[in-house]
Amino acid sequence: MSETDYQPDQTIDARDATCPGPLMDLIGAVKAADPDTVFELQTSDAGSKDDVPEWVAETDHELLDIVDEGEHWSIYVRTA
Amino acid sequence: MTEHIVVVGAGTGGTVLANRLTDDLRRELDAGDVRVTLVNDGPEQTYKPAFLYVAFGEKTVADARRPVADLVDTRRVDLVVDRVTGVDTGDKQVTLAEGGALDYDHLVLATGTAPVPDETPGLVEGGHHFYGPEGAEALREALAGFTEGHLVLSVIGVPHMCPAAPLEFVLMADDWFRERGLREDIDITYTYPIQRAHGIESIAEWATERFEERDIDVQTFVNPEEVDPEAGAIHTMEGKEIDYDLLVAIPPHAGDPLIADSGLGEDGWVPVDNHTLEAETAPDVYAIGDAADVPTSKAGSVAHYEAGVVADRLAASVRGLTPTATYDGKTICFIEAGTDEATFVEFGYGDEPVVREPSRLLHWGKLAYNEAYWLTARGVL
Repeated sequence: MSETDYQPDQTIDARDATCPGPLMDLIGAVKAADPDTVFELQTSDAGSKDDVPEWVAETDHELLDIVDEGEHWSIYVRTA
Repeated sequence: MTEHIVVVGAGTGGTVLANRLTDDLRRELDAGDVRVTLVNDGPEQTYKPAFLYVAFGEKTVADARRPVADLVDTRRVDLVVDRVTGVDTGDKQVTLAEGGALDYDHLVLATGTAPVPDETPGLVEGGHHFYGPEGAEALREALAGFTEGHLVLSVIGVPHMCPAAPLEFVLMADDWFRERGLREDIDITYTYPIQRAHGIESIAEWATERFEERDIDVQTFVNPEEVDPEAGAIHTMEGKEIDYDLLVAIPPHAGDPLIADSGLGEDGWVPVDNHTLEAETAPDVYAIGDAADVPTSKAGSVAHYEAGVVADRLAASVRGLTPTATYDGKTICFIEAGTDEATFVEFGYGDEPVVREPSRLLHWGKLAYNEAYWLTARGVL
């Protein structure tokens, strides 16, 4: 995991989010966002480390980084 | 000095809250030390889960509505039928559409969410939904006349009310068409925005297995951007095109415009403490139900349980005591698994729900709850 200096435009706190889950929370925010918006998705679900990159790869958006913050992960995504 | 609690919105959250406050603060209300005002932009409350049944001809829209005045104790709660147009959190005042304003000491926003299908180009002309009374009635007629072709259920709105509803619709439709001898001539496709059939993994696994058994096609990674009503096709963010003969969408949703207009939440949802439901952006303001941005579903049970917590916290505050009640994310959702069986899930923040084997008994339980719900709204059940 790398250090990051990304300054997110929006932080989505999806820690302990069961339903519909962190990836859905991210998608909802991404759909409503302007291009070139940097999101930080905070998630305590280990599955997000695979789910989020997999979804981002299907779109024109960019996965910037995944940072292990100990109690949660911060996943940074920039919108196309 | 009378403390004034103002509750905006008389849906599930607002009416449960008003009733819980009536119970908790009865003495203070009767002594005039506390006032509770419930403001709603219409005289009725709607039980939205009924709309799914309206689509299949099993309920009517009238079944889904009750006067708010029948649900709260109007001797102890001032019911104001008007629309709140603004919130001034500095002066602690809400303004009303028909003129006038209400000063508050404590404000609870229970303004909910509404479908906004016009946010997806072509969806209003090309598709149906069951997230409102007109939509459900139009869909009822469309389904009644649909005897062959490709039915597509597409989850477009993120977030949306009732994450179980998309699954329920296709499972009910599958059964319903079979019962009417039409299933062989109808293809059913279910689309979802992420790489599985549902946000919750255990539910996605359960649903995928059932869909395979029932010959319901699942397409994942589908985020529709526009609908072409002439061609009968959905175009997605991922560059896919899906043809349909009958499109049923889970439409985009929006929070009440009041929330963004008053600076309480940029995207229409109020950021709150996940456990106390206190708004992050202003003192003495709470949000419950679909209006609150918490990490669980937009579901009636969430509004119900949150209302109980906020009622307890407000009662403590009003008495000068330290509030201790907290909300742990408790959510309970029935899932209809066909026309005569159902299951349910129950979870809190951070849990992975277990999906029980569907049964006729649970389906009857859901049907019974559809009728008994009004006791919940009245603070009884």
